[in-house]
Amino acid sequence: MNIWIAIGVTALGCYAVKLAGLLVPAGALERPLVRRLAALLPVALLAALTAQQTFADGRTLVLDARAVGLAAAAVALVLRAPFLVVVGVAVVVTAGVRALGG
Amino acid sequence: MTSAGSGLTLLQTCALSLLVFTGASQFALVGALAAGGSPFTAAAGAFFLGVRNAFYGLRLSQLLALPRAVRPFAAQWVIDETAAVSLAQPTRRGARIGFLVTGLSLYVLWNLTTLLGALGAEAIGDTDAWGLDAAGPAVFLALLAPMLRTGTERLVAGLAVLLGLGLLPVLPAGVPVLVAALAAPAVLWARGRRGGAGRDDAGERGDAPERDGTPEEDR
Repeated sequence: MNIWIAIGVTALGCYAVKLAGLLVPAGALERPLVRRLAALLPVALLAALTAQQTFADGRTLVLDARAVGLAAAAVALVLRAPFLVVVGVAVVVTAGVRALGG
Repeated sequence: MTSAGSGLTLLQTCALSLLVFTGASQFALVGALAAGGSPFTAAAGAFFLGVRNAFYGLRLSQLLALPRAVRPFAAQWVIDETAAVSLAQPTRRGARIGFLVTGLSLYVLWNLTTLLGALGAEAIGDTDAWGLDAAGPAVFLALLAPMLRTGTERLVAGLAVLLGLGLLPVLPAGVPVLVAALAAPAVLWARGRRGGAGRDDAGERGDAPERDGTPEEDR
């Protein structure tokens, strides 16, 4: 029963914040400063998420095969490789490093 | 999936994916419950992880310009991936298609894999060995890269990385990413001050919300 409570509360809360973002009146977004902020927030969030998913293991920071894979993906991006190639390079290189490193 | 291994039933696991549909929040909830946390503290942690979706919603609502009646339905799909794909599109039409396709395919796939994962929890084996855990950050990186057009965006991204990683060991899960989001207002504020208060809104015109990059260069 406790688990159902937790699921219910989480579902409602997470849906509410998603909806809240969409429902902010368009008028408030017309202001240039707000608009620039709304454009920059995803940049900050994506950058932080990318870094965390690359270097985090739970709540500790680690340097492992994922970092090599992401570095390879970055090189692919600089070389203007297509999206799927970039992701594929990251996966293959990460698996390769793991296979070599045991 | 992990939740099947931490005492949730098949039904509970699937309900979680169908109703919450924000991967990080789901993992946090399951992890906190498995560690013996109360349902409310577990839900609070998951909620913090979900707050960032509100920021995506801010940007998406002006980009997609959805009719009011559609918004409650679209809201469930406002997540990292749909936001990233939509924001990467040059036109509103492209952004809408991107949002719809990404939202639908992720929703179906996510819930299918949840079901399969819960049914055969141990059968899949170690997905890490295949390097699949690098796919997530690589997707984010590929979507982030085209956004880093000017110094302002690069500065925000760099600061966010530092904050996100630096605070990870000291703050509860989900909070470091929210703090990292503060990089955006911080950089805007610093740039605004340097350029002088009177110029704050100068380079900004009232037309398309798409970023064209040029007005930022000189601030």
